[in-house]
Amino acid sequence: MTWRSFWRLLREFTGDRAYEQYLEHRAAAHPGEPVLPEKEFWRLRTDSRPPSGCC
Amino acid sequence: MRQKVIWFLVAAVGALAWAVLALARGEHVSAAWILFAALASYAIGYRFYARFITYRVLRVDDTRATPAELKNNGIDFHPTDRRVLFGHHFAAIAGAGPLVGPVLAAQWGYLPSTLWIIIGVIFAGAVQDLVVLFFSMRRSGRSLGQMARDEIGPVGGVAALVGALSIMVILLAVLALVVVNALAGSPWGTFSIAMTIPIALFMGFYLRYFRFGKVMEVSVIGAVLLVLAVVSGRWVAESGWGAAAFTWSPETLVLALVGYGFVASVLPVWMLLAPRDYLSAFMKIGVIALLAVGILATLPDLRTEAFTSFAWEGNGPVVAGALFPFVFITIACGALSGFHALVASGTTPKLVEKESQIRVIGYGGMLAESFVAVMALIAACIIDPGLYYAMNMPAATLGPNLESASQAIANLGFTITPEQLSAAAADVGESTLLSRTGGAPTLAVGISEILAGIIGSKAFWYHFAVMFEALFILTTVDAGTRIGRFMLQDTIGNVWKKFGDVSWKPGLYLSSAVIVGAWGYFLWAGVKDPLGGINQLFPLFGISNQLLAAIALIVCTTLLIKTGRARYAWVTIIPLVWDVAVTLTASWQKVFSSDPKIGFFAQRDLYQDALDAGKTSLGSAKNVDEMEQVVLNSTVDGVLAAFFALLVIVILVDAVRVWIISLRRREVDTTEDPYVESELYAPSGLITTAEERRKMKALS
Repeated sequence: MTWRSFWRLLREFTGDRAYEQYLEHRAAAHPGEPVLPEKEFWRLRTDSRPPSGCC
Repeated sequence: MRQKVIWFLVAAVGALAWAVLALARGEHVSAAWILFAALASYAIGYRFYARFITYRVLRVDDTRATPAELKNNGIDFHPTDRRVLFGHHFAAIAGAGPLVGPVLAAQWGYLPSTLWIIIGVIFAGAVQDLVVLFFSMRRSGRSLGQMARDEIGPVGGVAALVGALSIMVILLAVLALVVVNALAGSPWGTFSIAMTIPIALFMGFYLRYFRFGKVMEVSVIGAVLLVLAVVSGRWVAESGWGAAAFTWSPETLVLALVGYGFVASVLPVWMLLAPRDYLSAFMKIGVIALLAVGILATLPDLRTEAFTSFAWEGNGPVVAGALFPFVFITIACGALSGFHALVASGTTPKLVEKESQIRVIGYGGMLAESFVAVMALIAACIIDPGLYYAMNMPAATLGPNLESASQAIANLGFTITPEQLSAAAADVGESTLLSRTGGAPTLAVGISEILAGIIGSKAFWYHFAVMFEALFILTTVDAGTRIGRFMLQDTIGNVWKKFGDVSWKPGLYLSSAVIVGAWGYFLWAGVKDPLGGINQLFPLFGISNQLLAAIALIVCTTLLIKTGRARYAWVTIIPLVWDVAVTLTASWQKVFSSDPKIGFFAQRDLYQDALDAGKTSLGSAKNVDEMEQVVLNSTVDGVLAAFFALLVIVILVDAVRVWIISLRRREVDTTEDPYVESELYAPSGLITTAEERRKMKALS
């Protein structure tokens, strides 16, 4: 694995890449349709986050 | 051929390690043997048994689109890289549980716990997680409760809900009690835990208003601030004002935790819960990696025996009762944990990219948790047994001072002088370590011995470990109260619609108060219990967790039978039979044992009779109030133990009825989502194989 792909994976793990991933998904699945602005996206994402965590 | 040689070597190393562990008598055994036994067994279990279950029993199909691919919305459903999802799933299942249980179970010796953690995970825990994940994934991520209702019927559904809710309440009470015991009278610890709240709030606001989505950045800042909080804790504790402000009694800590739980449950997620979760995940992975490196670098010797006399006689001072069944309920997380079924049937199945990846995520994720439990066990077994008992016996048994404690431990057959006890406390920067029950402080001492052998002082690592465990626990208190509140709102919402609206403020406050009140009650009772709250409550926690595991395994077996996999149903029936035997034996002893140390009602009678006879003190209870407290607690605990056992029996009988009907009908009856062909390609295991790489290249 290269450093570059490791860094990308790490950013995916922490969630830093979530908005990029969302844009990629919109572009692939619904091209040309409007997307959520970044700030809106992050709010929606955190607010709809189900509580995880276990014993 | 090369493959065969490698697996033969792995098996040989494993067998050698097990032989050393089992045959050692009298001399000290290196902890490395436990690590080797664990790793070799995991590798064999993963390579052969997990493969068999994934491909033969479940028959995963990589041409089939997963819910993540089909319902992809870029938010809660989206195909996630298997390595990322493995990390998320692991972070969601592993909390304080695997750190606490093995420490308490160390009183029976290192061997029973090692055997149960390793064999249990391979044949029970990891199987449960894998099978639940599979069936939920085939049903768009349906929850365990919904699957129980769909497959078994309303009785199963209600039992799953009641089981989940009660385990949540007991779990939160026990974990909160662990925090109280670690922090009472410890200004250093209390200060650093208190600081996690402003740190989390700062992170929440930072992410919300300054730097959207910069999770990694804010987690690094948060982790640095946490280390600073631990370092500065010593200075605060040694200053006059700091000691005055942060030396809290157990009662004050209970009130603070209950208040915190309520506020955290009603605040928006982004403010406290989300940043706490980031911080927990970050610390969890970091510290676990650090501990593994520490154990490998120092290779400490185990100072506990393979089996202590408590294993057979059942008179252990930490958890009452003999090895069977109590090892198997004391260690739940790490070997078999029903709680995981809630995670494996919620968030994770909505994110899986390829069906075959559930082997590494479900089975592999649980193996990783088991490894955490193994490390916790090692940390508990390398400390001086005298100190271990001094930290884990009820305060009343140890008596008022170091001399009486030293005497009480000598009565058990171990030696530690009062000077050694006070030196051990001074080493970690505490005024006393006596009766710091609950497992967390003991683990912290073990961790500090391991890591201080490499870098830093024992006092720093002790408080770092306490902070790290309390951080998990507070995250669980927050998330658990919220999950409990959702369950309550959902249930009551069936009869009173308005209550089911999760954003309706009065309902929000009321349901939060009910959940917090419920665990707060047990927490308060645990703190005030003259017999030691952990000793009383931990078995109940274990029983309720194994009850939930029984429900999950029953749902899995039902699904295996209904979906035409009946000839492989033994895969979940074997752990189910074991789990039911353990849970029912433990409940039976807790309810009917005539030994007042084990049976709740025998204990109740003992104290009630003494009260009736006009006595004003008995054993650890020094006055009438305390005696009445024991009577009340043992009644409540006994009724709960009986209730949990009844719940297992009811759901099992109902499920067997469904199995028989289904087997007679001989036709496949499935609630699975229809087949849709997948358009994605992705590797199966954590490491991409050469063949998979070629295929990916050809496709792109």
